[in-house]
Amino acid sequence: MNAPVVIAEDLGRDYEVGGGMFSRPQTVRAVAGASFTLAPGKTLAIVGESGCGKSTLARMITLIEEPTSGRLTIDGIEATPDRWAELRTHVQIVFQDPYGSLNLRQRVGAILEEPLKINRRDMSAKERQEKAREMMRLVGLREEHYDRYPHMFSGGQRQRIAVARALMLEPKLLVLDEPVSALDLSIQSQILNLLIDLQERLQLAYLFISHDLSVVKHIADDVVVMYLGRPVEAGPKDEVFAAPRHPYTKALLSATPSADPALRKQRIKLQGELPSPLAVPPGCPFAPRCWKTQEKCRAERPWLEGEPHPAACFFPEN
Amino acid sequence: MALLTIRNLTVEFATASGAFRAVDSVDVDIDRGEILAIVGESGSGKSVSMLATMGLLPWTATITAERMEFDGTDLRSLSGPARRRLIGKDIAMIFQEPMSSLNPCFTVGFQIREALKQHLDLDKKGRQARAVELFEMVGIPDPERRLKAFPHQLSGGMNQRVMIAMAIACKPRLLIADEPTTALDVTIQAQILDLLTDLQKETGMALILITHDMGVVAETAERVAVQYAGQKVEDQPVTDLFARPHHPYTAALLAALPERATERRLPTIPGVVPGQHDKPVGCLFSPRCKFADERCRQVPPPVQPPAIGFARCHYPLNVPAEVETA
Amino acid sequence: MADASSQIARTVPTRRPGRLSEFWRYFRENRGAVMGLYVFAVFAFVAVFADLIAPYDPTAQFRQHVLQPPFWQAGGSWQFPLGTDPLGRDMLSRLIHGARFSFFVGIVVVVVAATGGVIMGLLAGFAPKWLDTLIMRLMDIILAFPTLLLALVLVAILGPSLINAMIAIALVLQPHYVRLTRASVINERTKDYVTSAKVAGAGLPRLMFVTVLPNCLAPIIVQAALSFSTAILDAAALGFLGMGAQPPTPEWGTMLAEAREFILRAWWVVTFPGLAILVTVLAINLMGDGLRDALDPKLKRS
Repeated sequence: MNAPVVIAEDLGRDYEVGGGMFSRPQTVRAVAGASFTLAPGKTLAIVGESGCGKSTLARMITLIEEPTSGRLTIDGIEATPDRWAELRTHVQIVFQDPYGSLNLRQRVGAILEEPLKINRRDMSAKERQEKAREMMRLVGLREEHYDRYPHMFSGGQRQRIAVARALMLEPKLLVLDEPVSALDLSIQSQILNLLIDLQERLQLAYLFISHDLSVVKHIADDVVVMYLGRPVEAGPKDEVFAAPRHPYTKALLSATPSADPALRKQRIKLQGELPSPLAVPPGCPFAPRCWKTQEKCRAERPWLEGEPHPAACFFPEN
Repeated sequence: MALLTIRNLTVEFATASGAFRAVDSVDVDIDRGEILAIVGESGSGKSVSMLATMGLLPWTATITAERMEFDGTDLRSLSGPARRRLIGKDIAMIFQEPMSSLNPCFTVGFQIREALKQHLDLDKKGRQARAVELFEMVGIPDPERRLKAFPHQLSGGMNQRVMIAMAIACKPRLLIADEPTTALDVTIQAQILDLLTDLQKETGMALILITHDMGVVAETAERVAVQYAGQKVEDQPVTDLFARPHHPYTAALLAALPERATERRLPTIPGVVPGQHDKPVGCLFSPRCKFADERCRQVPPPVQPPAIGFARCHYPLNVPAEVETA
Repeated sequence: MADASSQIARTVPTRRPGRLSEFWRYFRENRGAVMGLYVFAVFAFVAVFADLIAPYDPTAQFRQHVLQPPFWQAGGSWQFPLGTDPLGRDMLSRLIHGARFSFFVGIVVVVVAATGGVIMGLLAGFAPKWLDTLIMRLMDIILAFPTLLLALVLVAILGPSLINAMIAIALVLQPHYVRLTRASVINERTKDYVTSAKVAGAGLPRLMFVTVLPNCLAPIIVQAALSFSTAILDAAALGFLGMGAQPPTPEWGTMLAEAREFILRAWWVVTFPGLAILVTVLAINLMGDGLRDALDPKLKRS
């Protein structure tokens, strides 16, 4: 097995919010205790609902935000802010909204060449252009698209441009922040196939962030389920989907509608909603909505542990 | 008897670069107490056709229809005040973004009482009581306190419940839900869908669910209409649609679902939905259809009989042996 | 994958209108704006070719024709179509040359104010909080003065001349650009494409000028068009108050001031410069409105 591209150890990120003239700022733990490793050619999916910290995690891995605790190692180098510049070329990101992630005032050519212009100063304009054209072929765009502006493309094609741009620096890790959730179903499958192709060809590691379990089930190798900034379950995809251990994972799977009218099932009904990140319950964060809650859950915080794959629950399923 | 009947509805928008036909001869029928899902991708005109029915389109839109009847009332000839009496009372609508559908300047209680004042003959106390009752109906805990909250103090799921409470305030006979759960998380989506189907059962109203999510359709709808590029391409009961799609577009759409995938590569539908400037002459799906031939590219397809799901196709799939195609 | 891409390409829209033609379509919808554009074009033409169009030198005095009325009035002649002023100078030539000064004032003021304002606004949008606060409070202070009063004070300090008047007006107009740029920078900064540029390793100057600035230009262009007219108006006002262009410069405001005492005897000496200012400013404002319609996507109809 190859050396892992990313090792995250107990990664955390706090934000200070509020704090006017008379009030002390409050600390929000957007992410806490995130640990995982990701090998080349593999896909790790981070699953969770809004507010679970998955986007903050993506921003930390992409070196946009500095973790406030824990250690992040990318390609064997510890990612501290003073080394961000050299690690930039190793990690790139594709965003959810293909309409907002491309600069509308740049032509496709310029969009693709910008990363090279910044990071490969020795490259001539001609070499850059050749590389951009090669990348366009790779992602299924045509020659003549080179001189067009992004507004002339459909959502799916824009997402292709975004993927091409992210690959220009030949990164080893691609962070995919909900890359298909803004796309129509018929376009979604095109982009998913493209991602699968590219991964096989270039041995890319994907950190795939999504709330759509059916897409995750299709593309991921491993899954981390997050709730309120904390991972609650982690393991190989097949195990997690077949035998979820944490009640939240189970509820999430049960809530995902299945495209088979014969399978209309009794859903697990979760009580209430996500608590405010400012007032995370002291014990298990899921305790207020869980149907198995006991005294212990409210008092103590469970750790991510256990067999066959770890889950942060005192009374796991299976 | 059908509650809402629409025949040959066409909506055209005047744009800077010519007329754009967003909805193209669409028929809609819904019976009392039925749940109809209208499925389609962006640009399929699924929302526009319903907004046209409600009379909520901007002045740039031209609406034509052969028939447009709600419970025997011709919606086309309705005057402004008469239309307003009907809409919001007998036909209600909820939208995708609960946050932006509510006015951020007023408490949700004020807004729901306003809606009640508009349509029902209740005094102040009665309105408050009805508001509390409605909040209880849509599963909002602690209704008295929540009525005093502003929309930004509530979560997305709560706001959508408020919107539903407002929509059902006057006991509508038809509720149109336009992507009601798209902006919500999965666990909240499940709650809202359950709420909608429960309310539908309790009150016996008809429900039109506009969505792009096949999973939501499979779990809630009784009948499904599939729209593509402004046209209705298929109309079938939900189990039949998922088991035996007749239109190649429906079939391809279902095949592209990741959960139905058998291999790592997903089956795709090549190309994109035709836009204003590249509409094909014949069948609108022909440039992307793997079964298309010269006839499909040149001749607009007929609408097949009900037994073939009203498929708008020259060569419908899964045709039962005893049925003749049009 | 290869076949997928070729099929995609087959349905790529090709007849979609270009950006410029779309812009023109939206602009054309606003009749007033189109009229404004025509008037402005004539104004610009006259300003550029004043030397060729004007029948006389604007300072040449024809002493035997002092205060001659326009041609349609008794005593007027085609020799001086719009009459002459108290010193016997041809009104038409002076107005034509006045257009040149007004145009010059507009251009210089807008360029100076916009450049300074946009750079400061970008800086404020990207700067740490203290610098942002400093810049914005400074702009608030400038905005707190009545504009003409502040311009008067500045001219009083610098000395009355057209150049100083332009500097003063540019300074007074600058805060509008700063606020506008800062607002759109802060809005754009949160967008994904900016993050994407950061991830690609773009430094601060590149982020400011290459990535963000082009996306903030639409409202700035509209503001530039509108402040063009403000600049002309203010320059005329300063000229009228004797703090701008000095006689015998044929500046419209200065012409008004010079002719003030003859207002009852010879209506044309004040009416024509006044009309020139009115028409020009109105035309530019109408045009600015049209620009806003065409450039501001929020107002675009489907």
